[in-house]
Amino acid sequence: MELTYKKKSVKWSANTRREFRDGFLFALPYVIGVLAFLAYPMVASLYYSFTRYDIPKDPIWIGLKNYISLWDDRLFIKSLWNSFYLTAIGIPVQLIFALFCAILLNLKIKGQAIWRTIYVLPTLMPAVVMAILWNWILNPRLGLVNNLLKLIGIKGPLWFASPEWSKPSMIIMLTWGVGFMSILYLAALQGIPNELYESAEIDGAGVLQKFYYITIPMISPVTLFQLITGIIWSLGFFTQAYLIGGGGNNPGAPQGSLLFYGLYLYIQAFEYLKMGYASAIAWVLFLISALVTWIILKTSNRWTYYEVI
Amino acid sequence: MEAAQVKPYVIYHKKPLSVRLRNAARIVFYYVIVAAVALLFLLPWIWLLSTSLKPPAQILEIPPKLIPKPFMWINYYYGVTYIKFWQYLWNTLVICFFVLIGRVFSCTLVAYSLSQVNWVGSKILFGIVLATMMLPSQVTMIPIFIIFSKLGWVDSFKPLIVPAFFGDAFFIFMMRQFFKSIPRDLIDAARLDGATHLDIYMRIVMPLSRSALATLIAFTFIWTFTDFQGPLIYLKNRELWTLSLGMRGYLQRYGAGGGTALGAMMAAATLYTLPMIIIFLAAQRTFIRGIITTGLK
Repeated sequence: MELTYKKKSVKWSANTRREFRDGFLFALPYVIGVLAFLAYPMVASLYYSFTRYDIPKDPIWIGLKNYISLWDDRLFIKSLWNSFYLTAIGIPVQLIFALFCAILLNLKIKGQAIWRTIYVLPTLMPAVVMAILWNWILNPRLGLVNNLLKLIGIKGPLWFASPEWSKPSMIIMLTWGVGFMSILYLAALQGIPNELYESAEIDGAGVLQKFYYITIPMISPVTLFQLITGIIWSLGFFTQAYLIGGGGNNPGAPQGSLLFYGLYLYIQAFEYLKMGYASAIAWVLFLISALVTWIILKTSNRWTYYEVI
Repeated sequence: MEAAQVKPYVIYHKKPLSVRLRNAARIVFYYVIVAAVALLFLLPWIWLLSTSLKPPAQILEIPPKLIPKPFMWINYYYGVTYIKFWQYLWNTLVICFFVLIGRVFSCTLVAYSLSQVNWVGSKILFGIVLATMMLPSQVTMIPIFIIFSKLGWVDSFKPLIVPAFFGDAFFIFMMRQFFKSIPRDLIDAARLDGATHLDIYMRIVMPLSRSALATLIAFTFIWTFTDFQGPLIYLKNRELWTLSLGMRGYLQRYGAGGGTALGAMMAAATLYTLPMIIIFLAAQRTFIRGIITTGLK
């Protein structure tokens, strides 16, 4: 068959073609990066999650078995619960404390640059050092905190050494490092136009009313951002959990109370080398974070306020 | 605010004494609470320094003393000799160096494409950037590990360095936001004069973006310098360990139960943290601006 007519095609102007070529070439590193380090790994880990893949052996297709056995896996359920605890309590605590610090840093007093530096410094401490230091500070017998508590006649708990207190200890440690969150809140606070407060004052609003009706709505976009990134980070939380709770035969010690989701995934993948099972754990994490993000974004228009210009 | 906007009549009509007293009390209260919170933030640092300078017997003392007696400066010598501190530091710096080069080039080029070039891919890729920022890295961790181990790259720095040359969603986003803020007229004028995108990237956009680049460099350095999970997965050979793995070596060997090596461990921990603090103090404004541009826009 011979074509007697020219194939119809969308003609791009020379300029559009050149823009496309340049844009593509400039973005090429990321295009390759997306394919090699994002698209392929996503598909591969989905595939692995349906296989038994004990490296260095090859993967064997086993259908949904990994996902089914997850629900009978006592340690998996425990890690899910622990991460839920860390997120549901830790993130609100951190957000509230960060906002509190930001309000302090926004007061009209002298030396704010120095106060701000002090508040932010903990964020710079390497996670390994943070784990080492806080494990020592919260040492039940020799630690700073329990000895300070003793001064005021309180017998301190065992902190990281007790299953009841290990997660609160972790939250205290992470709350100490909320500097970045505070800075974001501080910038949001400074972005609130002063006229809003002034006109509220004329209407007779008190401090709490101004806070509730002006400050909270005006910073809600930042809260939304920090909530989502915080939750995703918290669900994958690993380093300090691994260093304090540990892997091995007694993971997340004491009594698995520090066995967080990211830690359990690491143990299955890189200690037991069960890549198939670990991929299933990773995909459940992905689905949970996608679901949580979606729910938060869906409901956010009820509680976030974006200025219409 | 009140101090900044003194109006003339204030000078002639002082506020009543009760009001002035109340204001003074409020300011004092502010200082007290701000300082109290600052103390909470500072105490762990003080404790780190204090322990790093204590002799072994004093570390085990109850109640603990804040000021070491005598100052055990030799802990710092032990700190860098009990583990191969300088070797680990060198390894960490080598990784940081190459990651920095990769990040600076890839992220700025990609961000340029996403902000200044008018092509269909820019919207799609920007969508991918936003989605990737919300993606837990654990989802891609296993296949990437398998790729690198099949390439025989485990126990080398390559798995930690190579991905940096292919962009990073967070920093592409940050640079794009910055590039967008460069006045459009400047770029349009250059285009009319016949400048190519490469010219504009090198002669206009990059020179104007020094502060954003400083942010990128500072953040990349700090996150790479302190990274733990990446080196943990890829570096088994002790000779290749980074400082974060070296510090874990301390923790495994000496734990946190006290003992003679605790002073040395805290000294090494202090030295490990020091570069972060120096960088932060040197580039504080850059940092804060960086946090704000990525989070607020």
